[in-house]
Amino acid sequence: MVKVTIDGKTATVPEGITVLDAAKRLHITIPTLCHHPKLSPFGGCRLCLVEIKGVPRPVTSCTTPVADGMEATTTSPNLENLRRTVLELVLSDHPNDCMVCERAGDCTLQELAYSYGIRENRFEGERRTYAKRDGNPFIERDMEKCIMCGRCVKVCEEVEGVGAIDFAYRGFKSKICPPFERDLDCEFCGQCVAVCPTGALTGKLWKQKGRQKDVREVETTCGYCGCGCNLTLHVKGNEVTRVDSKAETLNEGWLCVKGRFGYSFIGSTERLTTPLIRREGKLEPASWDEALDYVAGRLKGIKEEHGSDALAGLSSARCTNEENYLFQKLIRAAIGTNNVDHCARY
Amino acid sequence: MNQSEENKKKVIVRVCIGTGGLAAGGKEVIEAFKKAIADFCVDIDLDFTCHYQKVGCRGFCARDVLVDVVDGDTSVTYQGIKPDIAKRIVEEHLIKGEPVKEWLIDDSYHAFHAKQLKILLKDCGTIDPEDIHAYVKVGGYDAIKKILSSMIPEDVIAEIKASGIRGRGGAGFPTGVKWEACRKAPGDVKYIVCNADEGDPGAFMDRSIIEGNPHSVIEGMMIAAYAVGSNLGYVYIRAEYPAAVDRLKLAMAQAHEMGYLGNNLFGSGFSFDLRIKLGAGAFVCGEETALIASIEGERGMPRAKPPFPVQKGLWGKPTVINNVETLSNIPYIIRNGAAWYSSIGTEKSKGTKVFALTGKVKNTGLIEVPMGIRLGEIIYDIGGGIIGDKKFKAVQTGGPSGGCIPAELLDTPVDYESLGRVGSIIGSGGMVVLDETNCMVNIAKFFLEFTQAESCGKCVPCRIGTKRLLEILDRITKGLGREGDIELLEGLCAGVKSASLCGLGQTAPNPILSTLKYFRSEYETHIREKKCPAKVCKDLLTYSIIDAACTGCGACKRACPAGAISGEKKKPHRIDPEMCIKCGACFDTCKFASVDRE
Repeated sequence: MVKVTIDGKTATVPEGITVLDAAKRLHITIPTLCHHPKLSPFGGCRLCLVEIKGVPRPVTSCTTPVADGMEATTTSPNLENLRRTVLELVLSDHPNDCMVCERAGDCTLQELAYSYGIRENRFEGERRTYAKRDGNPFIERDMEKCIMCGRCVKVCEEVEGVGAIDFAYRGFKSKICPPFERDLDCEFCGQCVAVCPTGALTGKLWKQKGRQKDVREVETTCGYCGCGCNLTLHVKGNEVTRVDSKAETLNEGWLCVKGRFGYSFIGSTERLTTPLIRREGKLEPASWDEALDYVAGRLKGIKEEHGSDALAGLSSARCTNEENYLFQKLIRAAIGTNNVDHCARY
Repeated sequence: MNQSEENKKKVIVRVCIGTGGLAAGGKEVIEAFKKAIADFCVDIDLDFTCHYQKVGCRGFCARDVLVDVVDGDTSVTYQGIKPDIAKRIVEEHLIKGEPVKEWLIDDSYHAFHAKQLKILLKDCGTIDPEDIHAYVKVGGYDAIKKILSSMIPEDVIAEIKASGIRGRGGAGFPTGVKWEACRKAPGDVKYIVCNADEGDPGAFMDRSIIEGNPHSVIEGMMIAAYAVGSNLGYVYIRAEYPAAVDRLKLAMAQAHEMGYLGNNLFGSGFSFDLRIKLGAGAFVCGEETALIASIEGERGMPRAKPPFPVQKGLWGKPTVINNVETLSNIPYIIRNGAAWYSSIGTEKSKGTKVFALTGKVKNTGLIEVPMGIRLGEIIYDIGGGIIGDKKFKAVQTGGPSGGCIPAELLDTPVDYESLGRVGSIIGSGGMVVLDETNCMVNIAKFFLEFTQAESCGKCVPCRIGTKRLLEILDRITKGLGREGDIELLEGLCAGVKSASLCGLGQTAPNPILSTLKYFRSEYETHIREKKCPAKVCKDLLTYSIIDAACTGCGACKRACPAGAISGEKKKPHRIDPEMCIKCGACFDTCKFASVDRE
């Protein structure tokens, strides 16, 4: 443990944590754009600059580890001036079309521009212009809104282990893109969308489906596999318009392509609403009791006529461990055969 | 070769094949000598045998190709030799014994060398860089043998610290202190990296050292490795330096063959090997953390320090990164002792520094001077003054990270602190001399164009800030500068300087800040009067014909690519300002100085 003083407040914090994390523990907020608590530090946006006694120039609090006796200042006329300059620079290369942006109201850059009251910009100049062309079905990439914070690159590399995108080119023309600037062709887990602080990466499925204030959040569990990730459904009226997951869940907010984008079935008119029993070659609606009785009767009949080993059970990866346990118990104890297996083996 | 030939005296023809020498035709010159000798052999029985020696950069690139003819104890140096002159030298000098006077070196050659002190470049221009024996003959690899047989690593570090040498890559960090920190860093595996990613526009010091004396760099790395406890080194070198890469590879192969690289060197138990990593041309990869990322196969992007490379460097292991020139100094320090080295230079800047002297100076080339020499001595004594005896305006040191130093500060001694005080840096050693025909706003713009294009894009102040600085400079040079632009530049420069992540961004505003400091009025004239005092910024010039001086010869009319000039023969012509594209063809063509450029 080391003792640090930030803005006059002293605390004892574990060795190895950053000044930014130490400040958080002291309830001191330092503005950031590129920092993400679950990703390795980047130090690119330069908003989290702090002054440290004895260090001649401001340093980024997100990359600087605490040291015993360290005295840091998170706000001063010089620091605020630098932050303002940085923000103006970012905004000078940004479409500033918040009125039609998917992320309006839920955008870190917009929030910072608001809190620093940036209306005029001293550094108006050329903006990067990119043709929007991306043939993928899930992720809208508007790279003119990209602030090059690198979060998407890192989540793809560090969390997903995919590395579908990276920085390319140099100078003002630097940008983040898939190899050879081809269309995005990845797992489409959408983690990049989840960590993007601006409207550069958004989900195509929820385009123009409603702002944050219009939606009701419903917590649920993903039914796609046994992991049981926690989902937050964004519901507008009676329609699920978007799926997200919160950082404090067991899956730490990370989702896969199915969990994040595979929700359109919820409102599908083709969805089954009752069990169906095939009678004389035709599927007819039935009650659950009817259906279960029918299945139980047929299982019993086969067992009596041909013996237990004439039956086999095949379970699904969409079930939880507990459900799979119960299933094999049913097959072994109730039906009496060891013919039980799981789809993941095939 | 028969017996009688072996008894003949040997004449050595020594030809510079450094970058300048090669570009001027060094290899062709050697071939021309060989052909001339062969042609004469048909008719005459020569009383000598001719041997050819290729040597690295000798510095005086302005007079390349430089050729020495060494006959016993006498050595005669020729300058500006082209292949067609070889035959005359063979005939008149080698056969008849009469040196060809018109091609002999002149006073400028002596003046160029008088104030230099060559330590690194001494061997560079005299030994064959492609022959390890040539290096061994002048004491090469004696230093590593000496430390392996008689010094413990701590002694080596103490010696380097005592010598006072500081990093030649730009920042000037004391080399011994860096080595000590790496030695003390915990870990079994450590690395030595030689930074040969020289990228400043107009700089060719490191390239010339590797091309001219590659073994000195290898030996320097071996000594560093022994001192810090490393067994593997990397040379990170630009792929744009093919000759340097080839010579380094050859040098490494020869060192392997001789047992100077590999396991259990000289029976000491110390092992050291080298690898080469080619850079792909990113300027930012000269920054040490970006360089490490590049070796590791990542995009060359700097990261925040700490941890410093000596704590956590290549592959996460303690790593010393030294510049080529720094490493090349090491064997000489060990051989001659720290006391000798620290007797050269100033109190805080020891030894010599190699500079690439370019620009509007008469004697351009590669120079090595003792630290503390005055800027004026370099420009006027070594450089021979300004071409065309024009007025000196400024000297730009340190490349895109440096600044412009004006005439009134030519007394400034060349050392880390003094150049820093006047708003520039020693940097890696680029020195560009500017005269009255250089526009300082345009010079600042040139460097910003470079830094902007080379920014890695990671941090906002560098990626967007330098772009905005460049845009402001651009509009000033186009006559679109606004009142308040100077203050805007100053404010943004300060922001980029203190908020950028790495040295590239932190120093990128220096060319602007130093020109604003010393040449502010030029900026003001551009903005307020829409005029370029140096008559460089095209958009601010107007061309017109002085009626009284115009003879009506029509030369300007014929030269004008835009058809903007009209007039009858023998009557004063006229330039249509609407059609004029300001190319200056009329100005250059007129023999009667009747075209006015304002």
